[in-house]
Amino acid sequence: MGVVEFIPVNLITGFLGSGKTTLLQRLLADPALSDTAVLINEFGEVGLDHHLLERIDDTMVLLQSGCVCCTIRGELSDAIKDLFSKRERGIVPPFRRLVVESTGLADPFPILSTVQADPVLKHHFRLGNVITTVDAVNGLSRPESIKQVAVADRLVLTKTDLVDCADGLVDELRHLNPDAPLSRAVDQEIDAAALFEGEVHSPLRAFPAVADRPHGAVHGFALAFEGALDWTMFGIWLTMLLNRHGGEVLRVKGILNIEGSDTPVAVHGVQHLVHPPVHMAAWPDDDRRSHLVFIVDGLEREVIERSLKAFMSLE
Amino acid sequence: MCALCGVLGGAGHWTDAVARPGVFTRTATPVERRRERAARVTQANRVLRHYRLTLSDWQGASFLLSTATGKTEIVDDLTHVWSAAEKLTGRPCDPFDPALLAELGGGRG
Repeated sequence: MGVVEFIPVNLITGFLGSGKTTLLQRLLADPALSDTAVLINEFGEVGLDHHLLERIDDTMVLLQSGCVCCTIRGELSDAIKDLFSKRERGIVPPFRRLVVESTGLADPFPILSTVQADPVLKHHFRLGNVITTVDAVNGLSRPESIKQVAVADRLVLTKTDLVDCADGLVDELRHLNPDAPLSRAVDQEIDAAALFEGEVHSPLRAFPAVADRPHGAVHGFALAFEGALDWTMFGIWLTMLLNRHGGEVLRVKGILNIEGSDTPVAVHGVQHLVHPPVHMAAWPDDDRRSHLVFIVDGLEREVIERSLKAFMSLE
Repeated sequence: MCALCGVLGGAGHWTDAVARPGVFTRTATPVERRRERAARVTQANRVLRHYRLTLSDWQGASFLLSTATGKTEIVDDLTHVWSAAEKLTGRPCDPFDPALLAELGGGRG
């Protein structure tokens, strides 16, 4: 059986009026995105001129129940399937990337979950980077925007020309999501390749210590563990953690030294959803410890660390 | 499958990821897959013992989660183990529970 190429799906999210469509408009002019299809949720004030632009129907269906497989947005899944079907039939060009622009109020999680859990989509698509725009004027005043920042793989700060100084906001973003690269839309050339590629499993190492918490309960921290971990027990621990506290674990990401594997394994999760673990080709440096980064809402670092160590029989 | 939304083929849990290039999984060969399932049952039972539950493999396809009195649920993957365990025992299965952590630490070796 040949290797099926999975089409990456990127999500552009950000609060209302934070510049998602403007960013998209700029990005689509980049040759790196020439084979990209775009799904948008609503037509805003900024017009988009793109040959692969489709609109998701307004009728939102979100089945609310406990299990992840139900958090599938019917209309999004239908829109992506329709687009894929047109691609296969040659009605639209064979796009190699799909960008979904969400509404400003949307919780990114159901969108990610749709791509990963939908029984058809999961065989053709995979999740790529989540790009979150943050508006320097309004900042992080809304709970929706804090969550959107926490799940981001790339942050884009917009409208910095309208404020005197955005340093405070940059610090806040660094506290909330320390490992997502931050670009400024106004005074930097936006590099589409850097935003969309590099993908979600970029190794992380440097993680600034977070002392204060400008956003109350939402904070990020990193844990490091010596020695090889038992993959089976790690799966038991993480599924148990996410079952009980998934709503508070906005993000978990890390590279693990796994018993019986010479190269590291990258894990990456957003709330209840965990991406298929990636077997990395090599260690990024000489550090052979396992590193896990958490962005959590209200959970304490010590509690998570103690629990993981007890499960993994560390120390 | 989830009976509520009728999604078939809900399998493909991250701990049982389909073997494909770049993905870390232990489902590549039948032997490896069975070995991993056996290890998972053993390890999960170390945790489930605290709740007086036992997990067993069922036909290499699902798992059976049973209480001490024999009440049993069929579960597909690790995520469902925990929701089923909470349903069977009527109490939360919290990985932060100090009593559970003490038991795991003490029962080592």
